[in-house]
Amino acid sequence: MSEPVIKGMKDIPSEHILGAGTALCAGCGALQALHEIYDVLGENTVFVNSAGCMTLMSVYPFTPFRGGWLYTAMASAPAGAQGVRDALDILLAKKRIAPEEDMQVAVLSGDGATYGMGLAAASCAIDRDLDFLYICYDNEGYGNTGNQTSAGTPHASRTATDTGAEGVPGYKKDLFGLWVANRPAYAATVIGAEPLDLARKVEKAKSIKGPKLILALSPCPVGWDYDPMETLEIGRLAVKTGIWPLKEFVDGKVVHTKTPHPRTPVEEYLKLQGRYAHLFSPKRNDALIDEIQSRVDAYWDAVGD
Amino acid sequence: MTRQLLTGNVAAAWGVRLAEVDYVPAFPITPQTEIIETIAGWIDKGEMDCRMVTMDSEHSMITAAGAAVATGVRSYAATSSQGLLYGMEMLYTVAGWRTPFVLTNVSRGLSAPITLESDHNDVMAARDSGFLQIHCATCQEVVDATLMAYRLAEDKRVRVPVIVNLDGFYLSFTREPVDIPDPAKAREFLPPFDPGSLKFRAGRPLSEAVAVLGGTPYSYFRYELHLAAMGALAVYDEVAEDFARLFGRRYDAVESYRAEDADYVFVMLGSFSTKARDAVDGLREAGVAAGLVRPRLFRPFPVEALRRALAGRKGVAVIDQNLSMGKGGVLHGELLSALYGVADAPPVVAGFIGGLGGRDIGPGEFREMISVLEQAVADGETPPPRLLFSAEELRHVRKLQASAHVEREEIHRQERGDTERDET
Repeated sequence: MSEPVIKGMKDIPSEHILGAGTALCAGCGALQALHEIYDVLGENTVFVNSAGCMTLMSVYPFTPFRGGWLYTAMASAPAGAQGVRDALDILLAKKRIAPEEDMQVAVLSGDGATYGMGLAAASCAIDRDLDFLYICYDNEGYGNTGNQTSAGTPHASRTATDTGAEGVPGYKKDLFGLWVANRPAYAATVIGAEPLDLARKVEKAKSIKGPKLILALSPCPVGWDYDPMETLEIGRLAVKTGIWPLKEFVDGKVVHTKTPHPRTPVEEYLKLQGRYAHLFSPKRNDALIDEIQSRVDAYWDAVGD
Repeated sequence: MTRQLLTGNVAAAWGVRLAEVDYVPAFPITPQTEIIETIAGWIDKGEMDCRMVTMDSEHSMITAAGAAVATGVRSYAATSSQGLLYGMEMLYTVAGWRTPFVLTNVSRGLSAPITLESDHNDVMAARDSGFLQIHCATCQEVVDATLMAYRLAEDKRVRVPVIVNLDGFYLSFTREPVDIPDPAKAREFLPPFDPGSLKFRAGRPLSEAVAVLGGTPYSYFRYELHLAAMGALAVYDEVAEDFARLFGRRYDAVESYRAEDADYVFVMLGSFSTKARDAVDGLREAGVAAGLVRPRLFRPFPVEALRRALAGRKGVAVIDQNLSMGKGGVLHGELLSALYGVADAPPVVAGFIGGLGGRDIGPGEFREMISVLEQAVADGETPPPRLLFSAEELRHVRKLQASAHVEREEIHRQERGDTERDET
């Protein structure tokens, strides 16, 4: 691991390398995170993409990426990363390219592909100790198709496929925990609303060889049903309420990089989003709000904040 | 040139070795597994400078193979049956990427019911994927077709991946004498991999496989793939000519055996055609002017060569080792579309389904098919597709069913607590 350069806000790259004018929605929290991630990763990155919102970033004949981009399919972006990484290693070993022509390989996937269909491919890329960065923009639903319930959708939120009074009956999968259980080289949760924390983690991931995860909670104005101007505020509240713990797994330990103290009640986060409106009107659903709060409290109690 | 007894699987592996493939993402499946084990053994002994990685599925395997080609190395993959179907989404995808590589399919019937034995429904499912298809009848053809497939796939006018198909068990596990091409000559035949514009390199912006909006660019790129596949017909002829010049073995897109003066012709793909070949010899001895026409190329479909080979024949029996439910054999329909409205086309082109799940096609059945053709020609009426199955086989299935019924009744009796004993 090389010495970190990013220590304060002023060390974050000021030049933004991701091109503008893509077809993504106003206020997209995933795009916010990707901008920040790409600035730290740099141009010499091949993004291997799976089906999702970001697939619409490169539409013939335009691309906002200054390095490489390969769209694969929904389930197999990590396998695409394997092919690209192996090919570059073969070309280096056989001296068919110069070392300075090498690139870093990153998967770019939404939560739909990451938490569900693409999980086996990612898990097995970890087994193979593939040197790649897995970036998941987690907007907590199948966002590109209109926010149907995914395995990343939180309990009690309303989606296009869970429209009842109690919202989604299931619980958001602990993807970070799944990765950590497989002992990757690195794993971290981030959010675009905390750019310094994000930049430090991406910088660290970039300096480590092996399978690495950057899991970015990505507020989605369309799917979560809020005004696009609120993306930053909702992102901050996700951290302040403790709903989205910022943490990293490195050197065999999970460390929380930001402990909200005191924690803002989850209600402040929930009530800004239309996907939780049924918890407040026509009648307040204290049972569900309390359940969400107590789960967050239990998480931080276990952390020992 | 060395001559050895090789299975079809090891012959395929030799083709890969002689092509000096850089990269093999792999996934095991019967009856293909021997191919990847053979290559793995060579890599581990240092006899092949290649990287192999065992993937988590065929879907991942085909993705990795295509992605590696898109980065600029020569790649290979092999599968069978369920594996080919599991990877089907990516077959279409990597063909659309225009990433040339070779995929060996060791044909095996599809579930359900699940089986290990051979037929062509798996490879027929890939018919419209954009992959070209070469079908082999002998182990010699397997090694040669693999080399030819790389040359064809990587040709600047083609740039499309190719499936080389061999039949599970009948070729995969059958040893035949094979001339292994001389490596120096193989190198002369197949130049080093040229990535063309496909390569991710630092400082060289490149977005591959991007989305399109609207039917116009989509149609354009799909038409381009089709035109490249059509163009592969002429390129195949060049490749076959060059192969014959260097190695002395000629592999026309369509093989004809005693068909030039035949009244009745069998048309079929793959190794079962060697059964038809024997049947043709037997029929000729019995005074019947029979012949065999076997397309080696299935995609692109060698329409002109088939028209020529069948012009003026009285009747054709197409034997499909696949079954399109509710229609019949795929090759039968394809051949009819090639012959319709063509002057001199045979008046009778009858369809037969045989060899599903490795079921044999016996000499008597070939004779019977000729009788059907003779009758059809006399009547001027083509019979509907016929499913080859004998009374003896039906008796066999009835016996299996009887056993199943006895067992089921026994279980039902026990469930009822009715433990009647045989009192005698």
